[in-house]
Order: sequence, then structure tokens, then C-alpha cells
Amino acid sequence: MSLGAELRALSLTEAIEQIRAGRFSAVEYGAAYREAAGRDDLNAYLEVVAVREGEQPDPSAPLAGAPIAIKDIFCTEGVATTAGSRILANYRPPYTATAVQRLLDGGASLLGKLNMDEFAMGSSNENSAFGPVLNPWDRDRVPGGSSGGSAAAVAGGLAPAALGTDTGGSIRQPAALCGLVGLKPTYGAISRYGMIAFASSLDQCGPLTRTVADAALLSSLMEGVDRRDSTAVGIPGGIAIPNRTDLKGLRLGVPRELAGEAEGIEAGVRAQFERALALCEELGAAVAETELPNAPHGISAYYVLAPAEASANLARFDGVRYGLRVADHQSDLTEMYERTRAAGLGPEVKRRIMLGTYALSSGYYDAYYGQAQKVRTKISDDFRAAFADFDLLVTPTSPSVAFKLGARAADPLAMYMSDYCTVPISLAGLPALSLPCGLAAPDDGGPELPVGLQIVAPAFAESRLLDAAHAIEAALGFDCAAVRREIGVEGARNG
Amino acid sequence: MIDRDRVLQVARLARLRLDESSGEVEQMARELSGILDHVDAIGGLDLEGVEPTSHVVDLVNVLRVDRVGPSLRREAALAPAPDPAEGSFRVPSPQA
Repeated sequence: MSLGAELRALSLTEAIEQIRAGRFSAVEYGAAYREAAGRDDLNAYLEVVAVREGEQPDPSAPLAGAPIAIKDIFCTEGVATTAGSRILANYRPPYTATAVQRLLDGGASLLGKLNMDEFAMGSSNENSAFGPVLNPWDRDRVPGGSSGGSAAAVAGGLAPAALGTDTGGSIRQPAALCGLVGLKPTYGAISRYGMIAFASSLDQCGPLTRTVADAALLSSLMEGVDRRDSTAVGIPGGIAIPNRTDLKGLRLGVPRELAGEAEGIEAGVRAQFERALALCEELGAAVAETELPNAPHGISAYYVLAPAEASANLARFDGVRYGLRVADHQSDLTEMYERTRAAGLGPEVKRRIMLGTYALSSGYYDAYYGQAQKVRTKISDDFRAAFADFDLLVTPTSPSVAFKLGARAADPLAMYMSDYCTVPISLAGLPALSLPCGLAAPDDGGPELPVGLQIVAPAFAESRLLDAAHAIEAALGFDCAAVRREIGVEGARNG
Repeated sequence: MIDRDRVLQVARLARLRLDESSGEVEQMARELSGILDHVDAIGGLDLEGVEPTSHVVDLVNVLRVDRVGPSLRREAALAPAPDPAEGSFRVPSPQA
């Protein structure tokens, strides 16, 4: 193995330990990833960012100078930020998002900006204006979305860790489809300042990593109050680095609506899920069925609320303050708005703006938006009731393993159902983590692909969530990078 | 069901110009109708008296001293604009 490949075989936490021990330098570590990212064969990167002039890695900083890649939805001062959209193709923000700034303050080096579904709307990364991202496990398949570039980059060995955002499952589902750990923290745990808004009452950023410890490390640096985002409240007590090795005394609930009875869960996914449950019992957990009676209405409520919020948030892309403008000298203001948005926004974004505008329009507001907000309350109540009897809930993250490129592109509703198991948690604002729990073949045949186990905790119980995930991770012994080496999955062209 | 006229009306509200010659309007009508058929399932739920959720996490007011601090420079804010002029964002006339 070359030195670069050797360094890239380490988890982020391992690499930081070795940098501190003087085995290699942060400069060598960063160079290995910049070299690999430069050979990106997955369309995961929109831009690989060079080391800043005068950048001096500090081995004593929490991240010791390690390179981290960022979903292109986070504003980065002076570095193009597109949100996967033509309308922002040439946008260079004058400021940096708080979550990114905290990683930089913690000693990270900005490795690059990652491809994504336009404005984070999608579950396959096929909605990017800059082309689809390929899944490193099988290039005919999607990496999931909307943080598809983040997942593909980490799973393909092109970044040690990445930042994503999750509105209805956009960290967890791609993490599951690419064999990674993906954490969506509690709504409000991490500032949304500088994160281009999709649905403000649901959006939350979080890490996609190889290990649970890596996810804990990055989240612990990012969480906290922010005077620039009044909804950012942080996590009381912060996030501890997980060290638990058993699940003794923990009660795990399996909501039948999202696991047992749920329709559309592939046989292979179900088998791996059940194997994971058996393992949890071996680790000392008490596993029992529970219910979330309103969870099956999650997708319906979500596809009213998220588009409604998006239709308001995306009104700012109007050709005035940033981004594309399409007009001629005869255009009046309204025509400029309409032509700019028609040319700059893609079909899925237009569809959701239309859906949201319709749901909020006079005469329909109560029937759609008002009703969906009430369903949201009922779903939150269901979780509260379940957490009276259980410490954590577990479900499959995604009903299927990675699907083929184009398989759901023509059917918006089929695409939306990809988030069936993740959306209810988003509506309730709860923290959840997807943990790789093995491989399974798709129902329609093909190679074995990663399956994700979703673990859900009560609000702000991230440390409990990460501790349990760490214990299961150790017992499962599934390491994406090791499997990748074994089966020769790489995200880069041969150099 | 959402028809062609309704699609055009909503597009006007959303400041989106749809291409009427390419079938974009009809396709949008078909797709929105499909999604709304699914979403309509929650219309039948009896949720009388249920409080709508507007924010999922309990928030309390946080106060700070109202002090002037550094902010984004005007030139930096204007730099990404498609047509900045005289320290402002220039736009076409509303009545060109």
C-alpha cells in the first residue's frame, strides 16, 4: 500500500492520534486526501480547496490540522458555495457558516466542497445541477441524498469525514447507502447560521464519518449556542467521546410501524436489521416492540411542511443580491424574477416551491399546512410516549439498499418514500444516528450493499445515543474502509 | 386534482415562469396531483383540539447587551450581487 493509501485507511480519530504521536504530519495527511480528492471519480467534489497560504496545522488542536470536506450548502468565505444549484453557480459568500468556522477553530483544514441535491431536495443526489454522484460501492447506483457527495467522498476514501445536513433524512439515508456513520443531532443542537436554508424548522447539520467516535468528535466541536442563530441552544452537558462496550440496562424499542410491519422494507435489509437486534440483546439490551401510531403519516406531513417552508426560504433567490440574473433591457422587475428563477432552479426545486406555495395559498392553508402541523404534534407525542418505556428506539435507516441511478427519478413519490423511516424523527426534532450494520443484496438482485441501523434518542440525549452506537459498532466489527479494501472499492481513478 | 389554470396561478404567486410550449405545465399538474393525492391522507384525520407544532424545542428568551459591533462591510455584501450600483442593489424598474 502507498503511504497515501495507508494514511487514508485510518479513521479520523486514529489519524489525529498518530499525528500527535509524530508518526506523520497533518501536512502529509492533508496532502494524501487532496491528492485522492483530485482524482475523484464519483463526482463527489464540486471543488477541492488548496491549503490556505500560511495555514499552520496545530497538532495540539482537537482536529490537529486534519482535512474535513463540507457539503456545498455551507457558506465558506471566498470559496464558491452553490447548494447544488445553477442559480448560485458563481456565488462566493462574504462569510463562513458557524458550524464550519467551529471546525476550523478546532484545527480543521477545509478540504473541499461536496456535491449535493439542489438546495438539499432529494434522496439520490440526482437533483444536483452539477450532475449525479456515484456510489463507490457500485457506480451504477445512487449514494443517497441529499448529502450524497458527503457520503460518497467518505465511503470512497476521498475525505476522512464530511459535514452534511439533514432535513428529512439527508445525512442518515446517504450514510446508510454508503456504509457510514451519519448523525443528525437534536434540532437546535448546532447553529444553522450560514447554512443555506431549506426548511428552517427541520434543518440540522451533522457529520458523516467512518466511526462513531469520529462523529462524536466533530459534533462536540460544532454544538453550542450562537448569537447569530437564536434557535441554536446547544446540548446541555455537551457531547462526550463514547466508550461504552455493552448495552446492559438499556431498553430498546422497535416501533412496529417503521420496522416490523412497515411496507417496502427489502428482505435483505430486514434480515440485517433483525441480526442487529439479536446482537443488541447479546450486548445486554432489553429489546421489545413498541408503537408510533402516527409515524406512517410522517411523509404526508413532511411534504406539506418542508415545501411550504422552502417556498418562503427560496424566495430570496430572485436575482437581486446574489447569484444568477436573467433579464434583458426591456424586462420589468417581475419578469426578471420569473426568468431568473425559471433558468436558475431545477425541476425538483420548482416542484417543491409550487407545492409549498399551493399549500400556503388562501383557502388551502388550514387543510394542508395547519393539518400537517397538528400531525407533527401527534408524531412528537408518539415519541414522547415511547420514550417513557424505552431509552432508545431502533429501525432500519432506509427501506432499501442503494438503488440504481434513474430508478426513482421519474416518480417523485417513490423517491419521497426513501425517507419513510427517517422523516418522523425529523418532524419530532429528535437526534438519530445511522450505523452500518452489514451488507445485503437488493430485492431485484445485484451486489451486496451496505445496510444502515437507525438509532433514535430523546432530545439532547446525544451522548446516550453515541455510547450505544459505539458499543454496537464494536460488536458488529463492520468497518467500511476495511470492507472497501477487501472488495477493492475506491472513489478515485488510479493515479 | 390540480389543473392547468391552477398550476399557472400558483406559478405566478411563486414568481416561476413555466414553459407552456414544452409540456412543463401539464407535467407539473400531473406530478403535483400525485403528491397531493398522497398528502390528502392526513386531511381525513380527526385532529380537533390538537395544538399545531410551530417549534419542536422549548425556547426561552435570551437577552444580551444591545451594543454596536462589527458587521459585514457594505462592499462585501454587494460583491456577489449581479448588478450593484452606487452602493446599492440595482434592479429593473417595476414598470419597465
